[in-house]
Amino acid sequence: MEVPILKQGPYLIATIQSALADADLLNLRDALVARVGRYRSRGVIVDVTAVDVMDSFASRMLRDIAHMIRLRGAETVIVGFQPEVAFAMVQLGLTLEGVATALDLEEGLAYLDQKLKGAEKDTNASSRSR
Amino acid sequence: MKGARTQAGVTQADSESTTTLLRELVAHLRQNRTELREEWARRITEARLLTVMTKDEVFAEATSVYDNYVEALETGTFEALQAYSRNLSERIIPRGVQTDEVVGIVLLLRDVLARSLFGRYHADFDKLNRILDAYEPAANRIAITVAVGFVQERERTIREQQEAIRELSTPVLQVRERLLILPIIGVIDPQRARQLTEQLLRGIRTNRARVVVIDITGVAAMDSNVANHLVLTVEASRLLGATVIVTGLSPEIAQTLVNIGVDLGKMNTVGDLQGGIEEAERLLGYKVVPAGETAPQTQKI
Repeated sequence: MEVPILKQGPYLIATIQSALADADLLNLRDALVARVGRYRSRGVIVDVTAVDVMDSFASRMLRDIAHMIRLRGAETVIVGFQPEVAFAMVQLGLTLEGVATALDLEEGLAYLDQKLKGAEKDTNASSRSR
Repeated sequence: MKGARTQAGVTQADSESTTTLLRELVAHLRQNRTELREEWARRITEARLLTVMTKDEVFAEATSVYDNYVEALETGTFEALQAYSRNLSERIIPRGVQTDEVVGIVLLLRDVLARSLFGRYHADFDKLNRILDAYEPAANRIAITVAVGFVQERERTIREQQEAIRELSTPVLQVRERLLILPIIGVIDPQRARQLTEQLLRGIRTNRARVVVIDITGVAAMDSNVANHLVLTVEASRLLGATVIVTGLSPEIAQTLVNIGVDLGKMNTVGDLQGGIEEAERLLGYKVVPAGETAPQTQKI
């Protein structure tokens, strides 16, 4: 099943609708990384609200997506982990280190907005100081 | 022994005669209802059972137990009696009636009835024997049913209370928009730890919390399993987008955490609850200003 990727202003939003096969996850990764460049997006939100099982491959893919997108110059935030899923993941040691997470889509958007604002302020400050 | 032998060699005729005998028995018990019931209530008082109940109450209960008893003998089904004994237990357990009292009164009834059967059939020894063969297994089953019903009811009450205590012991409280506190007091065993995590993660979701302060001032010590569980809870909360601040770590717990090698980069700790809430407010961008003061130089609560 393909994951739809929506463009919303400077962000991309990918909502995973069900448990995904490994190949679908790879496709999602490639599509997101490609589109971040094409749309010059500043942030990516991956919504996993509907996911009730998260295996090691899936969580590694999420981490890879986040890291690759950071290398492409954008921020990633994973939103909507179910409590049971979250606890099962940490018990398996899948803690998604270095990946931003948020409660739901709204929180994720707020997080990215804040990041973006912070980055702009930083650039302004550094350009002024120059 | 006699009963067992008879049952082992049950034939069609035998079982039929058992039914007939039971019917005769029930008729006898119905006829002498008032008398036997009074005799029973008197023996209960004599034996100092059910002392927490008044005489009238004992008599009222005795009446309904008697009727249910006779009905169970007549129909051979125990559902009604079971339901009644559960209902009775529900009423008398809170008043402090003990298991031995309940078993005692049922056995007393059994004896009273057996005695009355002796009185009635003592002339015909053979008939008495057959009547008792029919009566004893049924009476024993009734006694077991009532006793088991009582014990089950008691266990159910205990389970419910344990559940209630457990629920009470891990409150997840919202102190400010998007800020939860979870004060933990007492010993944390693995089961409580699991429940704690469950409630916290659910609380984060329902209250849309962004910061959680877990206060463990009231926990004297925890073993490495529970400490590990605490670390997992912190990480799971992060996956839900909430930051966890742990406050009030005792020196012993601090040592346990260091011994199991917790990555302190992942765990946000503050000395006491006040400091934890201040830190949480800072993370959420709150600033508490005393009323009437507008200057930015303020004191946080």
